[in-house]
Amino acid sequence: MGTNFLDNSFFRNIYCNLSKSDDIRCSGGGWLGDGILPAGFEWLAFLITAVVMAMVLINLVLGSVLIFIWAERRLLGRFQSRSGPNRWGPYGTLTPVADAIKTMFKEDIVPTAADRWVFNAAPIVMMVPATMVLAVIPWGTGTFLADLNIGILFIIAITSLSTFAIVMAGWGSQNRYAMFGAMRAVAMLISYEIPMALSLLGVLMLAGSLSLVSVVNAQDVPFILVQPLGFLVFFIASIAEINRAPFDVAEAESELGAGYHSDYSGMKFGLFLNAEFMATILSAAVIVAVFLSGGRGWSFIPSQGWFIIKMIPVLFFIVWTRAAWPRMRIDQILTFAWKGLIILAFINVAVSAILSFVWPDPTMRELWFMVAINFGVLIVSVMAVGAWFGPQGASAPNMSHGDALPRPRPAGQPSGGDS
Amino acid sequence: MTLKSEPVIVNVGPQHPSTHGVMRLRVAFDGELVTDAEMIIGYLHRGSEKLAEERTFTQVVTLTDRMDYVAAMTNNQAYILAVEKLAGIEPTPRGVWLRMISAELQRIASHLIAIGFLMQDLGAMGTPLMYTMREREDIMDMFELMCGARITNSYHRPSGVFQDAPPELWPRLEAFLVEMPGRIDEYEQLISGNEIILSRMRGIGIISPEDMINASITGPMLRAGGVDWDIRHQQPYEYYDRVEFDRPIMDESDNYARYLVRVYEMRESLKILRQCIDQIEPGPARDPEVPFVIRPPKGDAYVPIEGPKGELGFYLVSDGGISPYRCKVRPPSLLNLTLLREMVIGLPMAAMIVTFGTVDINMGEVDR
Repeated sequence: MGTNFLDNSFFRNIYCNLSKSDDIRCSGGGWLGDGILPAGFEWLAFLITAVVMAMVLINLVLGSVLIFIWAERRLLGRFQSRSGPNRWGPYGTLTPVADAIKTMFKEDIVPTAADRWVFNAAPIVMMVPATMVLAVIPWGTGTFLADLNIGILFIIAITSLSTFAIVMAGWGSQNRYAMFGAMRAVAMLISYEIPMALSLLGVLMLAGSLSLVSVVNAQDVPFILVQPLGFLVFFIASIAEINRAPFDVAEAESELGAGYHSDYSGMKFGLFLNAEFMATILSAAVIVAVFLSGGRGWSFIPSQGWFIIKMIPVLFFIVWTRAAWPRMRIDQILTFAWKGLIILAFINVAVSAILSFVWPDPTMRELWFMVAINFGVLIVSVMAVGAWFGPQGASAPNMSHGDALPRPRPAGQPSGGDS
Repeated sequence: MTLKSEPVIVNVGPQHPSTHGVMRLRVAFDGELVTDAEMIIGYLHRGSEKLAEERTFTQVVTLTDRMDYVAAMTNNQAYILAVEKLAGIEPTPRGVWLRMISAELQRIASHLIAIGFLMQDLGAMGTPLMYTMREREDIMDMFELMCGARITNSYHRPSGVFQDAPPELWPRLEAFLVEMPGRIDEYEQLISGNEIILSRMRGIGIISPEDMINASITGPMLRAGGVDWDIRHQQPYEYYDRVEFDRPIMDESDNYARYLVRVYEMRESLKILRQCIDQIEPGPARDPEVPFVIRPPKGDAYVPIEGPKGELGFYLVSDGGISPYRCKVRPPSLLNLTLLREMVIGLPMAAMIVTFGTVDINMGEVDR
């Protein structure tokens, strides 16, 4: 049979217990003995192993969605000086379970005017990219479903599929609010895919591969240090891609009710919600794999543990932005992408290209040189782009943020005249 | 070739998260931009003015609570001042001071609601709202001490207040006055300098002072447009001529100015509260000689006060009976809303919601 999948220890452990493969990496069989299935049934062992792995990973992520929902609500409660959910289970841990049960038992309403096929297909289409991305993420040393040699390209291609689902939901609902949300989402997602893809180019130059496993292996110094500008752009763009605050215009509840899923109820709404939280977790996982050296770390914690430990601050930061910042307006969001992030991403590509031309095969010492140079580039370029494109030309042309903020004057004094 | 397009008409409300009640806006959108807006009100009309004609002068106080239900104390105050003028009742000094204390606390509470829900309209996920509600909770607790009710207070009575404040109130009030300036600084740190808020609020929803005066817009909205008009200062009622306070004025007349004026007015209200505590004198909280059923002489009376949202007044006509012949309210919310269409045309949808939020209306008062 193949050669690649047996390098995956997760796969090997299950497969070698089942099959009588004569592969050298399976010598001695698994810990259950020399293969349970009779010879000639290696294909069945392969199939069972693949299904088991897919089920385990999907359910782990779905379970972590529950944990993340709970953690986010508790954290938001703390940020907002209240206690958050604390009724069901210890510290409210069963609240998401109760929510899930409630969502499943709710009546599923399809609006009369809705385009039934499109309306019903949208939540499923929404779940597809979220579940497919987790195939290529290296959750630890040898813990991955597939080590695609085009892993990063795969992620970028698959995540853009969620745009389809949002348009289908907005169009199929025949609801103007939903349509507004869908149109905003399309404009935003298409704009932010460009800086997201560009910001990864620097990483690719350093790693020399599109495979996420190779990218993790290349990070002797975590790429958040070597590629700070790329990290910044990628992080902002991925928050926009997953429709989280401050970029949650697609479901801006104060303007559009619930945006593109206004008309969904019951488990269809649950699927949208689930897909959004899965996307959040998976984007944190991609950030960890690409910029925070994946599962690498000191060996007293297993690599999968390191991966999760590194995901926690990323997710915390995403929740923190949601608690602290108001929403941006859609035109400002697009301006920010086209006049800010894309320029920064191009600067990062140019600098990374020069650096990898100078040091084609960087040693540790040269990597630290790159860190110093790239942090300088980060500060200079962010300040320069902010100075040139920063003032929100879209909303108020003659307004400069550099000035001191206006303050009320006490009554009786004449106005300053410069207002 | 030009693309054929037509405006999308969307009903924003009456069930919408950002209409502050049951307001309905029929908005024509060209893409994201508002091309026309029509305001449809009346979903919360309860006929309070007509109901007032069936009740005695004292009973009407409970109706005024339900008009602007986030600022019941100032509604009570406006109504009671008109009754006192109509019937020629002289309030007791302690009653007046207590009315001023409750009114200024109510002004802070109303501005807290305005700021918190404005941030909610901006999409701030509840954090500023929770902070402002935390402080409002303090004020509500103090109201509970004063009169036993939290929202619909019915605290004010002709010649004073319904009962004297208990001694437990004063330490609470003292602690509030000490704590609140820091809390306001906290909002300012969270909100005022935030880049997203600045870019979404500055230069948006501008309206000229002339237009505002022509439309008889009052309150913080007018003061954010550079007009120094505060009835507490220009036409002092109660004992506002005995306290020192500033009127924060801004010239920008945009959404940010309207927000910031409210923040600074809360600080001024704290100053007034401090002076009220210093000057309050012992004595009866109301005149026991004043009967429950008042029969004012024939005539009419109108006393404007500076409510949290603008000039608030009750025009009362008496035919010598036990209930008002006519009770007409001047609701600041409704009049401040009249220029909304001019303010939002040409703005994106999100800015329309924010502009609507900075006007700070209360549907209970708009529809009455």
